[in-house]
This record gives sequence, C-alpha cells and structure tokens, in this order.
Amino acid sequence: MSGTERPAGGRRAEAGRRTGRPGGARRAATRTGQYTALLAYLLFLAFPFLWLVSTAFKPPRELGSLHPTWIPEAPTLENFRLAFEQQPLLAAAGNSLLAAAASALVAIALATPMAYILARYRGRLSRAATGWVVVSQAFPLVLVIIPLFLILKGLHLVDSRTGLIMVYVVWSLPFALWMLTGYVRAVPPELEEAAAVDGAGRVRTLVSVTAPLLAPGIAATALFAFVTAWNEFFFALVLLKSPEKQTLPVVLTHFIGTEGVADLGPLAAAALLATLPSLLVFAVIQRRITGGMLAGAVKS
Amino acid sequence: MTLTSAPRRSAPAVARAAGPRRDHGAWFLVLPALLPILVLSLGPLLYGIGLAFTDAQSGRTQATGFVGLLNFSDLFRDTLFWDSFRIGLVWAFGVTVPQFFLALGLALLLNLDLRLRWLARALAIIPWAMPEVVVGIMWRLVYHPDAGVLNETLRDLGLSGADGRDWLSGLATALPAVILVGVWAGMPQTTVTLLAGLQNVPGELHEAAAMDGAGAWRRFRAVTWPALRPVALAVTALNFIWNFNSFALVFVLTDGGPGGRTRLPMLFAYEEAFRYGQFGYAAAMGLAMVAVISVLLALYLVGRLKGDDER
Repeated sequence: MSGTERPAGGRRAEAGRRTGRPGGARRAATRTGQYTALLAYLLFLAFPFLWLVSTAFKPPRELGSLHPTWIPEAPTLENFRLAFEQQPLLAAAGNSLLAAAASALVAIALATPMAYILARYRGRLSRAATGWVVVSQAFPLVLVIIPLFLILKGLHLVDSRTGLIMVYVVWSLPFALWMLTGYVRAVPPELEEAAAVDGAGRVRTLVSVTAPLLAPGIAATALFAFVTAWNEFFFALVLLKSPEKQTLPVVLTHFIGTEGVADLGPLAAAALLATLPSLLVFAVIQRRITGGMLAGAVKS
Repeated sequence: MTLTSAPRRSAPAVARAAGPRRDHGAWFLVLPALLPILVLSLGPLLYGIGLAFTDAQSGRTQATGFVGLLNFSDLFRDTLFWDSFRIGLVWAFGVTVPQFFLALGLALLLNLDLRLRWLARALAIIPWAMPEVVVGIMWRLVYHPDAGVLNETLRDLGLSGADGRDWLSGLATALPAVILVGVWAGMPQTTVTLLAGLQNVPGELHEAAAMDGAGAWRRFRAVTWPALRPVALAVTALNFIWNFNSFALVFVLTDGGPGGRTRLPMLFAYEEAFRYGQFGYAAAMGLAMVAVISVLLALYLVGRLKGDDER
C-alpha cells in the first residue's frame, strides 16, 4: 500500500547473494551478455542526446562539413547567442514559466482536497472519479480541444494566457488526483481518527494532521504538473496566436522548416536550454512519480 | 489488483467519528476540483461528441445545424482518413510492442545487481523529461541528411555512399524512422514502471525456483511474469492509447509528410479543424478514434479480469 517509495533493498541483497555464489564459465558468460546488453541500451538511450549537445556547441563551419564529428573541434557558445537573437526565447521561457507555475499551483490546490476524499471514502463519487481519470487518458485531445476552443472563444479567452492556464489546470487534474490519492492512502487513517476523537473537524484534521505528511507527495505532484505544462505543445499551439504570448515549445518549432545547415546550431542550443528545467525537476522527482503512478495503476 | 487494503478498510471509522457533518465537509472538499472538471473537461467532451453530428465550422456566420450521421458517412468514404487511420494503427502497434519488449529487457537488467545501473537510471530520465518538441528536434538532427550522425555512422561503416539518405523525407523510410523515435521516447517511462513492478516479485520464490534448478526462462515464466502481469498490462494499454493519440512528436519530425506517409489521425484531425476549420468533421474523426480505443480498452479489461480469475 505504502509502496510509493520502497527501495528494493531486500531484493538487492538477495540478488547479491545469488551472484556471489561461485558460478564458473557459464555464469561469467551470462554476466558478459548482461553487460553487453546493458551497454547497448545505454548507447541507444544516450546517443541522440549526446548528438544534440554536440550540435549545440559546433560552429557553422563544422555543421556544414561533410563529416560531422561527435566532439566539436572548435566548441563555441555562438549558437546560444544566435538562438536568442533569432527567436524571442527569453519571453517564451517567461510565458512557459508563468503557465507552468500557475497551473501547477492551482491544480494542486484544487486536487488535494478531492484526492483526500477519494482516498478515504469509497462511494459512487470515488468510482466515478476513477472512471473519469481513466477516460480522460483515453480520449483524443482533438475531441476536447475543439469544444474548448469554442468555449474559450465565447469567454474571450482564446489567445490569452489565462485561458491556457485554465486548460492546463484541468488537463493536469486527472494525474494529480491519481497520484495524490495514492499518497493520501499511504497516510495511516489512525492518525486522523485520533485527531477526530480529540474533537477536530474534518477540515482541521486535513490541514493539521494529513497535509504535513502529504507534503513530499504534494511537492512531487506539483513539480510533475509543472513539467507537464512546461513541455506541453498541442494546447499552446491551438490556443495562442500572438507571437508574444507563445510558450517555449511553440517558439522552438519556429526554428524548424526554413533551416539551412547553419541554423542547426542555434536550433540545438535552444532545444537544449528548453530541456534543462525539465531535466532538473525530473531528476528530483523521478522516483516519487513512478511510485505514485504505480500505486494508482495497480491499487485502484 | 484487488481493492482491499488496510487503510481503506478502516476508513469508515473516520467517517463515523466525524459524525453528521460528513457529507457537508466532503462536498466542500470535492467541489473545487469537481467544478472545473465538469465545466472544462466533461462538458467539452460531451460538447465535442455533439459537434460530431453538426456541420460546425470555424468562423462561420450561419448557425450551426444538426446533420445527423452525415460527417460519419463522409468519413467512411474519405480514403485519406482511412489511410491516416491505418498509419495510426501501424504507428501505435509499431511503437507500443517494441517499446514494451525493450523496456522489459532493460527493466530485468536493471533489476540485477549490475554496475552502471545508476547510469542507466539517470539516462532513462532524459527521454522521459524532455519536451516532445525537443525530442522531435533532436532526432531531426540525428536523421539530418548532411549533418546527422546516422548517415555519418553508416558512411563510416561503409554501409552507404557519400550522399546521405534523407530518412524523414523518404517515402519508404519516414514511417519506420518516426516509429523508432516513438519507441525511444516512451521506453524509459515503461522501463521505470516495469522496474517498480518487478519489486512486487517475491524474491524467495525466485530463490526457491533457482534451487530447484529452474532456468532463467522458466523462472521468468513461473515467478516473475505472474507478479508483473498486472503492471505490464496496465502500462501497455496506456502506452497504446497515448501512442495512438500522439501528436507533437510526428508534427515536429515530419508534419505528416512525405505525401501523408506519417499523417497520424491526430495530425489529420488537427489539420481538418484548425487549418480548414471543419470542426464538425474533425470531431467525428475524434469519435472514430475513441471507438478504436474503446474496443482495445475493452479487450484489455477482459484480459485483466481473466488474469485475475487465474490467480
């Protein structure tokens, strides 16, 4: 139940014992095979990213050469300067930051109380909510975006940052509910019962007993919602028209299409910069996300 | 996969303790999230389903009218749509199946006590965390006919001449090329989920089977797979749905080209709706996609229930 973050300590120890046994040639061959496979995986996972980094630091002359090398012969930061010159990256990053931070905060504020109820009471509402979480993952965005576009148009919120934030909030709610419900279930209800016996109301119990225990889970969920919105492309593409409002992923696509070989450098540099916040956040929350997802997927 | 768990079983105790204020308080906590969901998610979904039966168009002055099944009969005769649908299925299966097996292999490796495991875990974060647009851009650089590493490597290996192939513009290579990117992009998330699932595998059972002389394959079939099956099914079903509905990756890589060879259903519907303004028609397309997904989801649920019965 509380398997949100259970390191495989025990299993690892067992694995160690198994491999520690004297094995002989067959054992060694198996090991070699395993390491070969692992290296192949590492190469496959890493090489596109390494190529992106390499391209980002290459001067135009090397990018145009017939035999591109892995390591730039004359590494340069020029591409980064050009990237900012060619596209309004800073403003776009600002827009992305605003949309991602605002939608993450609002989504968490809305989802946490509901997740609490869903975790503690199993009624029709809880079943309906779980059903909706599943359905919302399944329907194609095009079926939602057209009516959303019309509704937001009616509210004069097309081509508006507020409109985009509203869409991001609703869009990140299913996953936030999913994860947070798992985290709430990991908090023993006995603690709440004790508070209730002491005469605290539900809201007070939630605020003073449960919320502090949930804080790490809430933080992870908020960061996840942040990255999801930071990376999001489709809604931003459809809903924002003014160039000065567009988010980073949309602006990145403006590099594409007309590119000559010389423009690949700035493209790579901009793409690299846009990825850094996501990578940092993910490095922090990766384990929690997996746990939360799994708790939701398997335990519901 | 069952619903019972210790904290939940004792939950009613909290409800009793809180007494008659229960419903009031519960609704107070639920409404802040429920309202936006109803207004901006469930509402639009129903609205969208309704639109599929109308002639709604963007920027039209006339009132939108109900046209019954006209959009669907048009869709039925639209060969471009069928092409796109076929491509969508090839893409979704072509990505989901290798994704699963590659991820399973990696997860099993990472579950062993190997060195470099930390590196693999760290690397696995990259494709997962990256914006899809950046993944697309990155692979455009890999596939680039002149400055790309793929052609350069093939040249070095003597597998191709001086003129590099243009992978993403070739009629024959474009779809396999984008499928490879799809596999790469989704593999880490699947791996990490399967890896977490592997921690449910009872280690003692594994040990016992090994003592009895069961080979690696038999141990996998008899011990690992039964414990991993629910996670594997869930992640595969979700992957399939996500892949079938995917948009940004292929939009950036090829924008549906060359000659529509990679025009996934979502790209097709996007063009109909926001390039040609055919809202009603695009909504009908969305419904057709839902139908496919529902059938597959139903099959998945049946499989899941059957799996539960077996145990």
